[in-house]
Amino acid sequence: MKASFDKLGTIGETRPDRADRARWTPQPRAAGVSYMSADTKASIDLSESRIGALDDEATWDMAASLGLSRQLTTGSVLIELVDEGHDIVVCTADLGRPTQVIGFGRRYPDRYFNFGIAERNMIGAAAGLATTGHLPIVSNYSFFLALMGVENIRNDICYPGLKVRMIGTHSGIAMGFYGTSHHCNEDIGALRAISGLTLLAPCDGNAIRAAFAQTIHHDGPVYLRAGRGREKPVYGRPPRFAIGGSNTLREGRDLTVLAIGNLVAASLDAAELLKADGLDVGVVDMYSIAPLDRAAIRRAAKQTVVVSAEEHNIGSGFGSAVAEVIAEEGLPARLVRIGMPDQYSLLGPPTHLYRHYGLDGEGVAATLRKALA
Amino acid sequence: MSARALHEVSRDTLREKARLIRLETLRMTDLCGSGHYGSSFSMAELVATLYYRFLQLRPNEPQWPDRDRFTMGKGHAAIGLYPVLSDLGFFPQAWLDTYTRFGSPLGDHPDMKKVPGVDFSSGSIGHNLSVSVGIALGTRRRASPSRTVCLMGDGEQTEGQVWEAAISAAHWNLDNLVGIVDVNRAGSDGDPQQTMRTEPLLAKWEAFGWRTLVLDDGHALDAVSDALDAALNRPDGRPTCVLAYTTSGKGVSFMEGGWEWHLGFLGPKDLERAYREVLEGSIG
Repeated sequence: MKASFDKLGTIGETRPDRADRARWTPQPRAAGVSYMSADTKASIDLSESRIGALDDEATWDMAASLGLSRQLTTGSVLIELVDEGHDIVVCTADLGRPTQVIGFGRRYPDRYFNFGIAERNMIGAAAGLATTGHLPIVSNYSFFLALMGVENIRNDICYPGLKVRMIGTHSGIAMGFYGTSHHCNEDIGALRAISGLTLLAPCDGNAIRAAFAQTIHHDGPVYLRAGRGREKPVYGRPPRFAIGGSNTLREGRDLTVLAIGNLVAASLDAAELLKADGLDVGVVDMYSIAPLDRAAIRRAAKQTVVVSAEEHNIGSGFGSAVAEVIAEEGLPARLVRIGMPDQYSLLGPPTHLYRHYGLDGEGVAATLRKALA
Repeated sequence: MSARALHEVSRDTLREKARLIRLETLRMTDLCGSGHYGSSFSMAELVATLYYRFLQLRPNEPQWPDRDRFTMGKGHAAIGLYPVLSDLGFFPQAWLDTYTRFGSPLGDHPDMKKVPGVDFSSGSIGHNLSVSVGIALGTRRRASPSRTVCLMGDGEQTEGQVWEAAISAAHWNLDNLVGIVDVNRAGSDGDPQQTMRTEPLLAKWEAFGWRTLVLDDGHALDAVSDALDAALNRPDGRPTCVLAYTTSGKGVSFMEGGWEWHLGFLGPKDLERAYREVLEGSIG
């Protein structure tokens, strides 16, 4: 994509007069950039927002923006679990609002610890809290939790086998133009290597609810890999969610996509698109990455092609885990892995990136057509 | 470390450069649909004074070994740095018009692999004082006159790595290293002092062996210049920390103070209001 910037000129060209104040007047919207609509804003809790009736209808501040992460249901499900008697405490690192656990903090301030921007300290303290009989839930962006904190997760939580829940949100390339530091396409690779860690990937808000509630009695560390909370929902209500399980969402005669996270919805979209091509595609939500549902892989591998789909580097992620099962069990199917290539993502709005990397419905459909050709 | 020459620049010019930072932050956020107004506005006078009065750079030779370095711990304020780098000639102004669009080199956080003039990438808070310690050690070994300035946030002061870096900089007497803390009292979850108290920062930095200068008003241009001159040109054998107390969203009345405008977007009418306030305002 670097090439596309050649036309922008080279360093040292003459710059227009900076005193030209016409430059700083509102311009018509560029194509593809949409305002937050009045309807959207009307559906958001603006009680903390500083924007008001006198402000432009397109204006939004951080309080309004956070309301868009509707699929991040962590705070509300944890309130329910405390009300059921679970001795939960929540830990975050200055990301209580963006990861949507601040509501829990308001409801149970004595159970809510905001460490400031100090992720490794937070992970260690969560381990300490677990040794006192609490059930710590660590809620943070995945890149600062799983990647920055991997050594603390291993030594402080997983090696002692402590009952801690971690939820890493905004995984993959969901942060788009925030840049490489905020992309997280390596967390599955890093965490899958850690013994004793259960690694789950709830694909929407109902799946997050199910993941917390239905694994609450598991006596060991669990990491949930979640999105930004703006994902297209897959489930109308909390689905069945078991460690080592999966949910078959659609049977298909021609091929089955084993998908996680955002790619579950994208694969369902692709399956719909491919009906027009006369192709019958199945989709399985393989939300349990470690341990894997090996039986589901065996079933899919009865067809000639198996497809794995994830918003993660394909070289070290969920697809790699599927490949291991296919190889170990001598399954005769060919594996096609959909995911991020072995490179750092471009910058840009997330929807543009998903299109570019073939991670939306159209992109998945194109890969499946090729796989079956 | 020895002093380096200052660029001849008037206070009016610095005021205009700080205004440029704010105007372009408003404009580029409009292109993007989302932006960090608060952090960019709080650092505007600091960055303008640093770049236009103090830092020795060669825009046509971005990797000049003896250049002064500037790293950002608070990388989310890069939107306020890009207009300066472009204005100095590190890259074409047209790049600014692509801010955060698909394939653009200019993202919300600065990327050294994509943007000439960016000395180190940022985005993971707490890393860049350590990086700056390494740069300062390296340039000192080369007997370079280069000085390294790392701009941190007040929320960043909770990162343990900051204090690991602080210990090592004092241990090695890195008087070619300057840390600036932009104390703007805004973080994702609110006022960092409420989230996790780090004050008294003066006593902490002093206890860690740094010469510490307090800038009561990080928007007062003369005071900013005095502090940076002392930090950069009158070293005393220790690294220097400038505690710059600023206002988040400074320059746009309805954004000043508070966390709500750490990130946001202005619709056309409010954007016009903000442009007017910045164009008519006179800060510093």
